[in-house]
Order: sequence, then structure tokens, then C-alpha cells
Amino acid sequence: MVRVEFLGPIQKKPLELEIKNLNELAHILQKDKELSEWLQNSAVAVNDTLVNSLDVELKDGDKISLLPPVCGG
Amino acid sequence: MLYLYDGALDVPTILKNWYEAEATSNYGAYIPFVGTVRSENNISGLSFDIYEPILEKWFDSWQLKAKAKGAIIKMAHSRGDVMLHESSYIAAVFSPKRRVALMLIEEFVEDFKASAPIWKYDLKQNKRIYALERSTAISGSGILGVFS
Repeated sequence: MVRVEFLGPIQKKPLELEIKNLNELAHILQKDKELSEWLQNSAVAVNDTLVNSLDVELKDGDKISLLPPVCGG
Repeated sequence: MLYLYDGALDVPTILKNWYEAEATSNYGAYIPFVGTVRSENNISGLSFDIYEPILEKWFDSWQLKAKAKGAIIKMAHSRGDVMLHESSYIAAVFSPKRRVALMLIEEFVEDFKASAPIWKYDLKQNKRIYALERSTAISGSGILGVFS
């Protein structure tokens, strides 16, 4: 089971999913129309490290975070 | 050294504390940048969400870059609401010589704007409105939106 968290302005509760990699996550989240814009502009972190590719294997207990566009200061 | 506060920053106290903490550290330059909420677009203030685990990693990576140049970086940021003419952000570089501090403060603040996991909202008529048009997608964004 992995946990998926939606940060900042994405108003969505965390998900617990049985998935093996980020490709599976992409397929699941792309079915949610409310997320479509966020998927286009959000960065992805696995266990608080940003990743640049879907080619990431996941293991039980991993945490995935979606980070929409930022503006500190 | 990363400091997060609920609400507006006490700028004079923070700048004084940082100055005094490094007063005998033999740095020749102390360059602070203070970000203050301006009146524009009829906002009453700004509000911030922070994702601390990644902010801390991002900040630590900058502290290592600064250390390689003999410098240190300090940063303070607000969580939650900050009203007009209050301040939400302070960054400062201490370095042996001015050139390093001047370069680092610019590079650090620009990367902060592009990469630090902080989300800004306008406070307007008792609503909290995400400032999407002023926000920047973090490098590498969009990978989950690619259809395969």
C-alpha cells in the first residue's frame, strides 16, 4: 500500500493505493477529471524526494506527494 | 538555518538576532532580503501553506552550496495569514567578502521563488484564493499528466 498526498491548493484527501510504480498511479489519477489540470502542472515526490520520471518502482509504505506550482515570499 | 513562524515575521527582531549571532563569526558581509506584502488587486493580505519536509531538504542543499563558498544562508518564512505591509519572508547571506554574498542572495531568492514548496493565496473579501497566475511549476512538473 502506498499513500498519495495532494499538497497546497489541491483540495483532495490522501489516497491509499495498491500500486507498484508511478505509471500505474498516472493511469489511476488520469481518470479523475478534477485532477487533470493539476496533473499537468504538478511536480511529484517519492518519500519527499522530487522525481523527474515515471520510471520509479514503489514499495509498501512509500509516500507520494503532488506539488502544484509554488510561490513563496 | 531555516525558521518558520505562524503569521507575520517580526523583522527588526529577526534581523537583529541574526546580526548578533554572527557578529564575531568574521563575516565581512551580511546581506538581507525582506519580502513585504504590498497593496495590490484589492487584497487584504496573503496566506501561505508550506510543505516542510521538502522545504528543509531544498534549504539544506543551498546551505551546502553556500558552505563551499565560505558563506551561510539564513531564511525565515511565515505560515498562514500575513496582512498588508507586514513581512512574510527574510533571506540573508553572511560571507567573508561582499561579492559572494551579492551573488548568492540573488541566486538563492530566484531559486526559492521557482522551487521552494510554498503556496501563496490572496486574502480577498474573506476568501483565500490560490495565486496560480503568479506561481511557478517546479522543474519536472507534469509527468503524471502524460498519457501512455
